[in-house]
Amino acid sequence: MTVLEAATAAPAPAGPVTAGPVTAAPAAAAPAAAGVPPDRQLLMYRAMVVGRAFNRQATAFSRQGRLAVYPSSRGQEACQVGSALAVRPTDWLFPTYRESVALLTRGIDPVQVLTLFRGDQHCGYDPVTEHTAPQCTPLATQCLHAAGLADAARMAGDPIVALAYIGDGATSEGDFHEALNYAAVRRAPVVFLVQNNQYAISVPLAKQTAARTLADKAAGYGMPGVRIDGNDVLQVYRAVHDAAERARAGHGPTLIEAVTYRIDAHTNADDDTRYRPAGEADVWAAQDPVDRLERDLLAAGVLDRAAADGIAAAADAFAGELSARFSAPPTGDPMQMFRHVYHHLPPHLREQSERLAAELAADGQGD
Amino acid sequence: MSEITMAKALNTALRDALRDDPRTILFGEDIGALGGVFRITDGLAAEFGDERCFDTPLAESAILGTAVGMAMYGYRPVVEMQFDAFAYPAFEQLVSHVAKLRNRTRGAIGLPLTIRIPYGGGIGGVEHHSDSSEIYYMATPGLTVVTPATAADAYSLLRRSIASPDPVVFLEPKRLYWRKEALGLPVDTGPLGSAVIRRHGTHATLIAYGPAVTTALEAAEAAAEHGWDLEVIDLRTLMPLDDATVCASVRRTGRAVVVHEAHGFAGPGAEIAARITERCFYHLEAPVRRVTGFDVPYPPPLLERHYLPGVDRILDAVASLEWEAVPA
Ligand SMILES: Cc1ncc(C[n+]2csc(CCOP(=O)(O)OP(=O)(O)O)c2C)c(N)n1
Repeated sequence: MTVLEAATAAPAPAGPVTAGPVTAAPAAAAPAAAGVPPDRQLLMYRAMVVGRAFNRQATAFSRQGRLAVYPSSRGQEACQVGSALAVRPTDWLFPTYRESVALLTRGIDPVQVLTLFRGDQHCGYDPVTEHTAPQCTPLATQCLHAAGLADAARMAGDPIVALAYIGDGATSEGDFHEALNYAAVRRAPVVFLVQNNQYAISVPLAKQTAARTLADKAAGYGMPGVRIDGNDVLQVYRAVHDAAERARAGHGPTLIEAVTYRIDAHTNADDDTRYRPAGEADVWAAQDPVDRLERDLLAAGVLDRAAADGIAAAADAFAGELSARFSAPPTGDPMQMFRHVYHHLPPHLREQSERLAAELAADGQGD
Repeated sequence: MSEITMAKALNTALRDALRDDPRTILFGEDIGALGGVFRITDGLAAEFGDERCFDTPLAESAILGTAVGMAMYGYRPVVEMQFDAFAYPAFEQLVSHVAKLRNRTRGAIGLPLTIRIPYGGGIGGVEHHSDSSEIYYMATPGLTVVTPATAADAYSLLRRSIASPDPVVFLEPKRLYWRKEALGLPVDTGPLGSAVIRRHGTHATLIAYGPAVTTALEAAEAAAEHGWDLEVIDLRTLMPLDDATVCASVRRTGRAVVVHEAHGFAGPGAEIAARITERCFYHLEAPVRRVTGFDVPYPPPLLERHYLPGVDRILDAVASLEWEAVPA
C-alpha cells in the first residue's frame, strides 16, 4: 500500500481542524521511512538545515532593510524540501512567495531566490531553465497556470508533472476551485500541495473554511485528497512522489493537504501576537520538522552527532556566503522597465524610454 | 472572390491557423460542438478533434489562467470569452499574469496567446452582453488590443494576432459579425499597430474603430451633402496606437473628431484626443472633439439607439468645429 492509498483510506480525524489549540498530529501517519534510502534521507536533512539557515538569514536581511519584505517558511521546511525533492528536475514548480526553501532545494541560486523580495527584479531566476514559474503573489492564480502547463504536457505526450504550491487561506479563492475542477476534468498531471500552516496572515483556518479538512475538498472535484503530517519530511516526500507518479501515469491530479505550522509571523511586517494565542507555537515546536528528522536519523544511525555538527557548520557557512554576496548593491537598471514589455518595442514606449534615458544621462546615471 | 461575412472570415482564420501550426489550440465555453454562441468556431472541433478545439468548464479565470500555462509550454492558445462582460472574472489573470509575464521573467517567457472577445452593443442584447470594455485592455501595459471593422481585417488581423509573440486581446464587434463583403481568402491587410484611411477627405478627420467605423463612414457620406469633405481613419489596433497615420491626417485637415461607442469619460477617445493635441497643436484649427457613448452602464436594449453615437451626433460635432472660419 502506498502512502497515498494509506492516507486516503485512513479514518478521518474527529471534528474540524481548528486553529488553537491545535493538534500537531494529523491522521494517517504512515511508516514513512519505508522506501526512502538513507542517503536520500540525509540529503533531505541537509536541505532542511540549509533551508532553516536561509530563512534565518533572509529574516535578518529584512530586519536590516536589505529586503523589502520576507515571508519566512520556518517550520515548513519539511513541506518544502520533501516536495521539491519528490519530483523530477524536468517537472515544473509553481511556487508562491513563501516557497524560498523549495526553490533553494531545486538548486536555484539563493540570491536569485531573494531578488523578488529585494525589489530590483520581479523574478531573479530563469523560469524556463529552472522549470519553475516566478514566485506568485496573487493568491491561487498559479494553480491555473500549473493546470494549463500540465494539460499541455499531457497533450504533447511529455511525461511532465506540475507541482502547484498553495497556502490554506488561498484555497478559498475562486482560482483554486477552477484549477482543481479543470485539472480533474482534463486529467491534467498536477499535484496540488496545500501547506496548511493554520493561518492566512491573521485569519485562522476555522474562519477560512467550514470543511472538516482541506483534503476533503478533493472529493467534490473527483480527485483523491490526501492529508499528511507536513512536519514529517518523509511523508511529504512519499505523498508528493506517489501523486506525481500517479499523474505521470495518466491518472490525473491529486490534492495533498500537508498539516504544518508557520513558526514565524506571516512576514517580517506582521505582528502575530495580535492574533495568535501565547504558547501555541510551543505546542508545535515539539513537532519541529528539522529537530524531528534529526532525532529519527540519529536513532536510526543514519546520522551521528559529528556529521550533524558538520552539516550545521556548512549551513552557517552558506548563510555567511549569502550575506557577503548580498552586500553587493542590486544591479537594477531603470531602462529594464521598457525592455520586456513587448517583443518589439512599440513607438510610444520607445519615446518614453528615450525620455528616461535622457533624464538618467542628465543625472549622470546613464550608461 | 465571394460574399462572406465577418463571422465566416474569423472562422476561416481560425481554421487556417489550426491547419498551419499544430501548436495552435482553441478553447472556451461552448466552442466545441456548438461552435460558439456566435458560431465563430463552427465545425472546427469536428475537423481538428477535441484536443485542438474544446469546451472548458464554465470558468473564465480558468480559461485564461490555463492558457497562460499552455503558452508557457509552447502552445499558442486562442481562447474565447463568450461576451465582453463575462471576461471580467478573468481580469486578475489578464492584468497580473497575461500582461506581465514577459516583463516579470525579463523576456524568458512571452505569451503568444489570443483572447477573442465579442464586444459592443447594437444587437439588442440584455445587460452584460453589450459592454465596450476596450479601455481596460488599452490601459494595461503588456497587452496588444486589436479590433477589426471589415471581414478582410477580421481574417488578416486574427491571423496576425495568433502569430504574435505577445498576448493579444482581439475584440470582435458583434454587430458587424453578419455584414457581408466581397472577399477572397487568405488575405493580408498589414501588420498589427497600423491604422488605415477608409475615406480620404480634406476638411476634418474622423477617427473610429470597430463598430463605429461604419457609422463614421455613413456620417462622412452625409457630411458631403453639407459640403464637408471628411477623412475617416479606422484605427484597427488600439494598443499600440498608430499615431503616425492619425497625426499625418490631422495635420492635413486641422480638425479631428474621435468617434467610439464606449463611454467617453477616461475612455479611449480621451487618450486619442490628448495625443493629437500633444502632437498636432499648431496644426489644429479647433479643439479635438469626441463623440462617444454616455458615461452610464450600457442601457437596456430598447434604449441602446439613444446611447450609441449615430450619424447626427457626429455631424453636430463636425459642425461645431467652426467651419465659417475655414477658407473654402
Ligand atoms: C488575490 C489576493 N488577495 C489578497 C492577497 C493578500 N495576501 C497576501 S498573503 C495572504 C494570506 C495567504 O494565506 P495562505 O494562503 O494561507 O498562505 P500563507 O501566506 O500562509 O503561506 C493575503 C490575504 C493576495 N496576495 N492576493
